[in-house]
Amino acid sequence: MARVPKVLLRGLLGLAVTPGAVTLDVLEGAGQDVGRSCILVSIGGKNIMLDCGMHMGFNDDRRFPDFSYITQQGRLTEFLDCVIISHFHLDHCGALPYMSEMVGYDGPIYMTHPTKAICPILLEDFRKITVDKKGETNFFTSQMIKDCMKKVVPLNLHQTVQVDDELEIKAYYAGHVLGAAMVQIKVGSESVVYTGDYNMTPDRHLGAAWIDKCRPDILISESTYATTIRDSKRCRERDFLKKVHETVERGGKVLIPVFALGRAQELCILLETFWERMNMKAPIYFSTGLTEKANHYYKLFITWTNQKIRKTFVQRNMFEFKHIKAFDRSYADNPGPMVVFATPGMLHAGQSLQIFKKWAGNEKNMIIMPGYCVQGTIGHKILNGQKKLEMENRQTLEVKLQVEYMSFSAHADAKGIMQLIRMAEPRNMLLVHGEAKKMEFLKDKIEQEFTINCFMPANGETTTVITNPSVPVDISLNLLKREMALGGPLPDPKKPRTMHGTLIMKDNSLRLVTPEQALKELGLNEHQLRFTCRVQLQDPHSDPDTLSRIYTHLKSVLKGYTIQHLPDGTVMVESIVIKVSSSAEEPNTKVLLLSWSYQDEDLGSFLSTLLKKGLPSGLSSM
Amino acid sequence: MAAHLKKRVYEEFSKVVQLPQEEAPAKKLRLTKPSKSAALHIDLCKASNPTDALQYLLHFARSSVEAESVEGVVRILLEHYYKEQDNSVRLKIASLIGLLSKTQNFNPESILDDTLNTFNTEKSHQVLAQLLDTLLVIGTQLPESLIVRHRLIEVAYKHLSDTYFGVRNKCLQLLGCLGNVDTPLNKDGQGLVPAVIGGSAPGVSGGVCVRDAQSLISDYFADQDPRVRTAAIKAMLQLHERGLKIQQTIYDQACQLLCDDYEQVRSAAVQMVWVLSQLYPESIVPIPSSNEQVRLVDDSFGKISHMVSDGSWVVRVQAAKTLGNMLQVSPHFLEQTLDKKLMSDLRRKRTAHERAKELYASGEFSSGRKWADDAPKEKVDTSAVNLIASGACGAFVHGLEDEMYEVRIAAVDALSALAQSSASFAEKCLDFLVDMFNDEIEEVRLQSIHVLRQISTNITLREDQLDTVLAVLEDSSRDIREALHELLCFTNVSTKECIQLALLELLKNLTKYPTDRNSVWKCLKFLGCRHPTLVLPLVPELLSTHPYFHTPEPDMDDPAYIAVLVLVFNAAQSCPTMTALFSDHTFRHYTYLRDSLSHLVPPLRLPGRTQAPGVSGIEGSGSVESAQLFLQQSLSRISTIHNLQDPGAQDLLNFTIRDLQRLGELQTELAGAADFSATYLRCQLLLTKALQEKLWTMAVPLCLKHNAMATAAAKQMLEETYKLEFLYSGLENRQVATIHHVRLQAKALQLVLTARTRRGVEPLISVCEKFLQEVESFQRLFVVELPHLQESFVGKLLDLSPKLSACKPGELVKILQTTLRQSGFLNLQLPKQVQRASATIIEPTGESDNPLRFTSGLVVALDIDATLEHVQDPHNTVKVQVLYPDGQYHVIQPKPGDFRSPGPHRHRLITQVYLSHSAWTEACQIEVRLLLAYSSSRLCKAVWSDSSTEGLQPAEGATEGTIPFGKPVKVFIMPKPARR
Repeated sequence: MARVPKVLLRGLLGLAVTPGAVTLDVLEGAGQDVGRSCILVSIGGKNIMLDCGMHMGFNDDRRFPDFSYITQQGRLTEFLDCVIISHFHLDHCGALPYMSEMVGYDGPIYMTHPTKAICPILLEDFRKITVDKKGETNFFTSQMIKDCMKKVVPLNLHQTVQVDDELEIKAYYAGHVLGAAMVQIKVGSESVVYTGDYNMTPDRHLGAAWIDKCRPDILISESTYATTIRDSKRCRERDFLKKVHETVERGGKVLIPVFALGRAQELCILLETFWERMNMKAPIYFSTGLTEKANHYYKLFITWTNQKIRKTFVQRNMFEFKHIKAFDRSYADNPGPMVVFATPGMLHAGQSLQIFKKWAGNEKNMIIMPGYCVQGTIGHKILNGQKKLEMENRQTLEVKLQVEYMSFSAHADAKGIMQLIRMAEPRNMLLVHGEAKKMEFLKDKIEQEFTINCFMPANGETTTVITNPSVPVDISLNLLKREMALGGPLPDPKKPRTMHGTLIMKDNSLRLVTPEQALKELGLNEHQLRFTCRVQLQDPHSDPDTLSRIYTHLKSVLKGYTIQHLPDGTVMVESIVIKVSSSAEEPNTKVLLLSWSYQDEDLGSFLSTLLKKGLPSGLSSM
Repeated sequence: MAAHLKKRVYEEFSKVVQLPQEEAPAKKLRLTKPSKSAALHIDLCKASNPTDALQYLLHFARSSVEAESVEGVVRILLEHYYKEQDNSVRLKIASLIGLLSKTQNFNPESILDDTLNTFNTEKSHQVLAQLLDTLLVIGTQLPESLIVRHRLIEVAYKHLSDTYFGVRNKCLQLLGCLGNVDTPLNKDGQGLVPAVIGGSAPGVSGGVCVRDAQSLISDYFADQDPRVRTAAIKAMLQLHERGLKIQQTIYDQACQLLCDDYEQVRSAAVQMVWVLSQLYPESIVPIPSSNEQVRLVDDSFGKISHMVSDGSWVVRVQAAKTLGNMLQVSPHFLEQTLDKKLMSDLRRKRTAHERAKELYASGEFSSGRKWADDAPKEKVDTSAVNLIASGACGAFVHGLEDEMYEVRIAAVDALSALAQSSASFAEKCLDFLVDMFNDEIEEVRLQSIHVLRQISTNITLREDQLDTVLAVLEDSSRDIREALHELLCFTNVSTKECIQLALLELLKNLTKYPTDRNSVWKCLKFLGCRHPTLVLPLVPELLSTHPYFHTPEPDMDDPAYIAVLVLVFNAAQSCPTMTALFSDHTFRHYTYLRDSLSHLVPPLRLPGRTQAPGVSGIEGSGSVESAQLFLQQSLSRISTIHNLQDPGAQDLLNFTIRDLQRLGELQTELAGAADFSATYLRCQLLLTKALQEKLWTMAVPLCLKHNAMATAAAKQMLEETYKLEFLYSGLENRQVATIHHVRLQAKALQLVLTARTRRGVEPLISVCEKFLQEVESFQRLFVVELPHLQESFVGKLLDLSPKLSACKPGELVKILQTTLRQSGFLNLQLPKQVQRASATIIEPTGESDNPLRFTSGLVVALDIDATLEHVQDPHNTVKVQVLYPDGQYHVIQPKPGDFRSPGPHRHRLITQVYLSHSAWTEACQIEVRLLLAYSSSRLCKAVWSDSSTEGLQPAEGATEGTIPFGKPVKVFIMPKPARR
């Protein structure tokens, strides 16, 4: 389990063309820790909370994220634009009723349909354990869970949901557990992708995470397995099946302690299909509880499962198990082989422990631990090879049965994380939900491979990422038409093009208009700015001759410009005026007078340098 | 007589009349032409608004137009085209022109100018695109005309800069399909004029010809529209297909396109890169950001491998497939595709495969029970870990784990292709293939088993690998199990434990699925053959012999015991010391099995035992040749018979037929040829016997009752000829002619018999007509073979042919009778390989005494499992017949999906037939058999495959029928009346 860090994305997008920014506050647990996820993102002036998890390891206030970080008192509604929950695991949604009902939040909460369906079951179960069994007070009630779920807005995959005029979110498939999603959050041209927990390798009941090349400004990725590259899942599956098969053939019993949701379903499908394929007869039981309800939802949300289940559900829904039946306490004493899935997964209490006590004495039996066990639990002890366990009442239990460990984790490994980065091509990377030391390694790798910035904020730390948003500007039709009339190639959307105009920033909008219109709107007078320049020239001819020589010269040099020789003794190049005068003392030294307006600065300076070089000798004076 | 003559005259007259009738439709065509186009014209003029006009055009598109009138119609269409304001109508007209130009026998060149003119006025982009499409159609119709091609390309070039993507697309397509492929060098050896086809226009018309199509197209690789980019790559591939050598300079561009945002572009780019890698495999390309260089094929292999982890599954499939076609890649790169460095918490971890291998090498097998034996060992150097696999790293590891089974299958296929070309790679990919046996989709599992079989000549399975392979034997899918048996037949194993393991698992399989009996036995046969030395130490244990004690004699009917014996006997074949370990009953069982399962148990040289006479005759490698020789001798002996009326000819035929039949039984390789010859000879024998009947000398009225035998003979001969023709494969034209000849003889015989038994001439006339037609068609069919048939029945008949057609039936019969008697014996030339189609129904076995009960009126499904050998095109020819005791029968055509092809010339039919019947009082047997359907029209097609009249073959001339083949099987069924 991980603690939750908080990330605030604080958009600094002003009206100017200044670069924008996205800030992330890692609230609790999502930072360099695995436990509870809660991240605040500020983007384009919007504040979004990503996940609202709780820490399973604490029983006091530290259990929930520290919402006082957002506001000291009062409700959160005015500070948050929306809350997004990635999937139904308690470390991602456990604090939701606390936040919405006890702290106070009335805005929209977004989650996918399966998450919306399963989340309240888990929350209720969790509440029962804490309140009814441990007798805690000051905890959220069933009614609070119901009220909280009323605020939920369901999301579909790849559906773009407009939270308000500017903020939009879109969900992508994430694997991991049923209904897990990655979310893209977009304001204007700035975007953030939050992965939640995800899995890049498909398993027996879910597909692999997928995202399109959305090139977000930041990709916030979990990094639970930042330093692991896992072996192919086929080996693991084969091992698992082989062990179960051998034990059952020997006539032994197999106990598989699981948590009710997620991996349990995968293992069920795995065993179910294996039984089907191999024509096996030994019974498989699943200790009931919330599983039945959850299984019901698994049956319903077929679209969220993998290719095989989706394609075959018309003939047979894979979650309608033929071989797996509900477990009854009395079955544990039945003779003959059997396989039992029992909760909880760490063997610390409940049915799994009871069954374990009954079966531990027989070396024909086997226990398979499919997940991680916390220190201090019986699961942890037997995994470490302890042969004698001290139980309550001073009894000792001899462990003769075989103990196996099989890791069926549904998080992306280092390679998977890299693969996702390659898919999405983010501009910046942010790692959360992992251990600091491991993240360090991955961070280096990411920076090295993709040459993008990578951040790994600690809990409570704020990361600010400067973005480079494109700012839409309205252009006046007049200006556009004028620009078109000037000719040149047709506009190409892929190529930038320069144009002259005046940018008006007024009333929260940007407009590009002609200078004249701008002056008119602002009620200003137009000021003319002219440059003049004298160029001395050695030329023996008379003034008008010199002028006509200049005229011919310019005509030969500046092709494609309008050059006029005016009768009043001036040469006009576009709007630039050239006059010739000579002093009385030195008739050969002519002084050229150039005058141009500010707009013709380029041409004017070119002409002055050109004329400074003098006239070529071979010019005829008409 | 007079009446007959008159009829003939009428017939001839009516034939003469037919000729002008045939011309009549042509005339009609000419008449319809103006009316048709005129009608269209009127319709179009009538149309007051575009919608109406469109309706008329749509209606018009449905009717066909004759070649002669196409030009007129196009004119009218174009005339209207220029008048029309509405884009959609113009678009429809443009597409219609394209459609019309495809009309058969029409030369589209005549409308080319008119079509090109439309480009001058057209403003709408959509219509332009459609017009270009029309040009493409016209262009492809006229591939030879260089001028036309050049003009079309010019148009394409002009519109390449259009702003609408569709127009650019079509232009590129045009360039790809019609662009100049031949470099001038090939044409006249000068290489000076860059464009041969455009002698008129180099440089003048916008430089079309100065720049070749290739560089022109490659400019559009960077187009802003992904559809245009795709079209550009496709056009380039099209050029490649048409034989242009694409320049290597495109390679970089193509590689950049691999990272395109759009999947269709990436997918096409993968193909492009592959094509280039095949064209320039050995050229050297630099690796960016380093000074090193690699071969182009290796570089592209790395890049395509990278695409196996692409975001779009279409691209992934394409990439995985392509990898299988890159056989020139260097082994170093190839092996990287299976490489995946594992780590855990930054510590190097060994893969399960590596662990298994190590365990095996250290001699300590299995376990995995030790806690944390997969604990990571040495620390990984952080800088050396390459997370995002550059190059080929782990491409197949990803491909095989992909979410979509399409990708996984493509990856498995690619693995197979690569492994077949590289033994070391085959060794490496073994673990991965074995892992695929556990895939969730059966198709993938099956495919990987097949692939492993294909590469299994290159590899030896380790014990742990074999263990995984054998675990699949319990699979409930029969296909999987049989594929696995097939695989085990070809597998090499390394130790005797492996053999024991395999045997154990196979026996387990046998008890779990008894229907696999044959397949398991066959599998053990090969296993024994391949590993005699490994079986040897196991023999005492397998046969449970004991040095001192006699062990009880095992049950001979136990399939498991037979399986063990099959393994042992096959091993003993090449291991002479093994027989010493056998106990007495083993020898007895050997002789029994040798006889009952001769295809599974090989002949053994047993010490101190007299060998079965049947075995001694043909033994050793020379047996096939000697049998062949015997066959030849028998046939040449027959050829000494000149006339079937010779005394002793019948005896000789009788003996030879018997010899050949026996030979066929003994020598399976020659069974087809021997059976074929025997059947042929039997036909001849039947003919001879029929002709020697007394009835020929009897007066016509007397023989009415006596010809039963001759009629039966004629009928049987006919049937046999069909069997000869359709049951045997590998026949050449010569043999077919011979068979048809026999058939003619049989028909002649029938004709003669009819003439003798029937009174009156009327029925005879039509029969004679038919016979003459057949003679004629025989002559037509086998013109080439006629010289060989000089002396035969037909030869003689054809000599008389002018007379035949004129003579009356009575005379014809007489002629036939004498020719039949006098004609010589036609020798049979055996083709190189004759195989007899055969079928064996494996299931139902017909042994069950439990009747299949079902409610009458409803249906019951009966599973049928049969193997077919040497059947061509079984999907169309093989049918299942169900024969009920009351004589009712049904013929059922199995679905094409029910046929599998496990090997060459071998098919497997696994199907269900539905039975139904009204109620019976007690269980009764029905008969299920397989039929081979034939139709002579198919044969004609095959013979005349090169002639153009193929499609016009008269269907009424074809004879259709079925030949039963394979033994019928009886099944007990019991329809019960429904309870009310």
